[in-house]
Amino acid sequence: MLPYLSLAIWVPILAGLAVLVVHRDDDASRARWIALAGALAGFLVTLPLYFHFDVASGALQFVERGEWIPRFDVWYHLGVDGISVLFILLNSFTTVLVVWAGWEVIESRVSQYMAAFLIMSGLINGAFSAMDGVLFYVFFEAMLIPMYLIIGIWGGPRRVYAALKFFLYTLLGSLLMLVAFVYLYNVTESFALQDWYRVPLSLPVQYALFVAFFLAFAVKVPMWPVHTWLPDAHVEAPTGGSVVLAAITLKIGAYGFVRFILPILPDASRELSAFVITLSLIAVIYIGFVALVQSDMKKLIAYSSISHMGFVTLGFFLFSPLGVEGALVQMISHGFVSAAMFLCVGVLYDRMHSRQIADYGGVVNTMPRFAAFMMLFAMANAGLPATSGFVGEFLVILAAVKVNFWLGFAAATTLVLGAAYTLWMYKRVIFGAVANPGVGALADLSRREFWLLAVVAAAVLAMGLWPKPFVDVMHVSVTDLLAHVARSKL
Amino acid sequence: MRADLYAVLPEIAILASASLILIAGLFIPQARRAISFWLAQAALLATMWIVVSTAQVGTVRAFHGMVVDDMLGDVLKLLALVAVSLMLFYGRAYLEARGLFRGEAFVLVLFALLGMMVMMGAASFLTLYLGLEILSLSLYALVALQRDAAAPAEAAMKYFVLGALASGMLLYGVSMVYGATGSFDLDRVAEATLGSQGNRTLLAFGLVFIVSGIAFKLGVVPYHMWVPDVYHGAPTPITLLVGTAPKLAAFAFTLRVLAGALKGMEFDWQGMLIVLSLLSMTLGNLIAIAQTSVKRMLAYSTIANMGFMLMGFLAADLNGYSAAMFYTVAYVFTSAASFGVVLLLSREGFEADAIDDFKGLNRRSPWWAFIMLLVMFSLAGVPPMLGFYAKFAVLEAAVNQGFVWLAVAGVLASLVGAFYYLRIVKLMYFDEPTDREPIVAPGGTRAILSANGLALLVLGILPQPLMGLCVVALAQSQF
Repeated sequence: MLPYLSLAIWVPILAGLAVLVVHRDDDASRARWIALAGALAGFLVTLPLYFHFDVASGALQFVERGEWIPRFDVWYHLGVDGISVLFILLNSFTTVLVVWAGWEVIESRVSQYMAAFLIMSGLINGAFSAMDGVLFYVFFEAMLIPMYLIIGIWGGPRRVYAALKFFLYTLLGSLLMLVAFVYLYNVTESFALQDWYRVPLSLPVQYALFVAFFLAFAVKVPMWPVHTWLPDAHVEAPTGGSVVLAAITLKIGAYGFVRFILPILPDASRELSAFVITLSLIAVIYIGFVALVQSDMKKLIAYSSISHMGFVTLGFFLFSPLGVEGALVQMISHGFVSAAMFLCVGVLYDRMHSRQIADYGGVVNTMPRFAAFMMLFAMANAGLPATSGFVGEFLVILAAVKVNFWLGFAAATTLVLGAAYTLWMYKRVIFGAVANPGVGALADLSRREFWLLAVVAAAVLAMGLWPKPFVDVMHVSVTDLLAHVARSKL
Repeated sequence: MRADLYAVLPEIAILASASLILIAGLFIPQARRAISFWLAQAALLATMWIVVSTAQVGTVRAFHGMVVDDMLGDVLKLLALVAVSLMLFYGRAYLEARGLFRGEAFVLVLFALLGMMVMMGAASFLTLYLGLEILSLSLYALVALQRDAAAPAEAAMKYFVLGALASGMLLYGVSMVYGATGSFDLDRVAEATLGSQGNRTLLAFGLVFIVSGIAFKLGVVPYHMWVPDVYHGAPTPITLLVGTAPKLAAFAFTLRVLAGALKGMEFDWQGMLIVLSLLSMTLGNLIAIAQTSVKRMLAYSTIANMGFMLMGFLAADLNGYSAAMFYTVAYVFTSAASFGVVLLLSREGFEADAIDDFKGLNRRSPWWAFIMLLVMFSLAGVPPMLGFYAKFAVLEAAVNQGFVWLAVAGVLASLVGAFYYLRIVKLMYFDEPTDREPIVAPGGTRAILSANGLALLVLGILPQPLMGLCVVALAQSQF
């Protein structure tokens, strides 16, 4: 069997380097085609991960293990279970979208733009499949470099501020996590995650490690109150950057909760679940209201992302299969929906060079096909049944009601709030009379944009109508995880 | 006698070639000064070969225990030779453009190297001091190489006065240790301190002065005042020299004195190093933020980095020493590449010293911007660059000995540090260039600097060989 995980990591990275090597300033099309080929190849090598995945097993699959740094007993150890495999697919899929979305839009330094996304894609796959602490950390941190450059080079007017804030915020959390890793290494004499799952830890130690891990991943998710970097980064990033940020990098934060915090620190997680649930509910409700008052479309979607990710952390800390599976489905669905929303804003921005809701109105008159697509995505963002957005939210609300009715009630307000801010924005931008001559002159979707959105729309609908293939993959792994978390490590 | 000479063959080779180049310099017209340059490079290459070919397993003591030839010394000498060779390559165009490409420059550089090598192979306080003074005096002269300019002269004066003070303190401390133990021999002193012989009060006082002297040579807070002025005032190639190879010698000095001779005083010096390390990491990184000159910024970065190195060292076991050694080596080659890029951007009448000179480098030359990007992220400790593993190793050593709080302080300091390294990246990639002069440099220099920069990435992806080498060298030399 081929080393599919290594291929998923290194094919995009090598393709990115190839793009850099062959670049010519006068002829960007070569860089574009190589980048597209690399992204497609990267996506194709991840498909076997899904089709050859044994859904009946909760064990690690596609395991690759080789000695890397014997000095610290660090291994090049890759593997996926039902929780991580879908994110690798999602990431490789999104990379194709991003390369495609940036096709004509990016005109300056095309090769560097494409290379940054491809290299980042490989690094993200590495973070999702690493089963060794140091290996994970290397991928987790290294992806900051391309993202920093993407925001800083191709971003909006305040890009420098946003890029720096993004980098330093994330670095703060991850550096403390590094100390936690080193501490665990000293206790277990190993960087293998499986050894960390087994090692007994006293409650004070678990609390201390919880703080370090929590900071790293809560910043990345991001949870209230460490979310402030996200609206800045999203607003300033180019469309592709926003798509990857929302669809993938936020998921790495949430993934850290299920891969590190819950299984390594089960007792602290249970003791502190009320704390995390409170923060999650604040994100869901308060940030939902914040989204309502935004006048900038990208900012609105950024806040809606934070609110949706609050649902994810809420689901994890309910400690029931329904909650965790709902949270994971929500992560994947949000990957599609937020990517689609940012692509839609990108379509408008490329034409009007404005993200302000007030600059639009009556777009449906000039762009009917675009309006139809955006309608679907707005409904999915609001969690309408038959779209992917509904499945995850419904499962989490169900799990929350089982724990406590009022908890479920509070969580369910998202259905109202989500509908309010998304549909209100949709109404102001799309409906009504043509607001100004700029809108009157808009051209409808080009063929590239049409197929781009059509592919995402198909994914959103498929996941909403038939979520079983997604849930089946993760079911056994989630059950195993919860059984592990239920055992005390004291 | 023959075995004695065999042990110091590399030092003899450097001394002989320095003398040869000095004399040959009289007969070489200034127009053909490149001959001196290539003679020096040939001498370095030949000495590297001598070091490698005379390397043997085990430790040899020579000249009645005055010098020692062990694997630690061999490895450090080899790396110092490489670092000096890089310095000559990177600095050549700069020196030529400013009329500093003269015979005495090469002779002084080789003498400085001789001093370093004597320190690396010293087995007695006397030899250590001798090496240190050869090194320091050569460096004072090199800083003042551009003798008709005010800034280098001022820098050299400051360096000399403060350096002499530090040497005095060191010597005072050594005399107290001698008074307490009755020996200059590092091994005898180690026996005495481990066996709790000698007057402990006297030893403790001696230790304080010795640590002060070491702290000065490493340039850690509060003995750091000379570092920014010397880095800023000296011609950039000399700054490169001061900032790279002597750090290896200073590491050898620290190791042989603290971990060797004064091993029995471990708990005393551990406390002192904690303070030095903590102050250097925080102050160095904080003050670096305010700098507008690249050389001063890198000076404060050195201070912070030496603080990090001490964090590994103060773990006081093989794990910690090897982490500190790995850190020093990683730092030396990252630092060499950073000054290499500064030298590449400078040209006749233009120093490339302001950080704004890096503006828009990606537009002017994507390749050199990329190399500088690797250097900056390596200094910031972001994987997969070599600098990350250096920080990782010292953190591990500190946590291993229970200094979790110090490790946390260290990572917070490095977060501060990331800010100013990222600012350089920001200038290179996000801003438009103000300077549109093409970057000219000889092809050989370009190739070497590229290799140096890429090595930071390659050794970051595969760090084991260098890490393993540090462990083996120290273990073979009984640390």
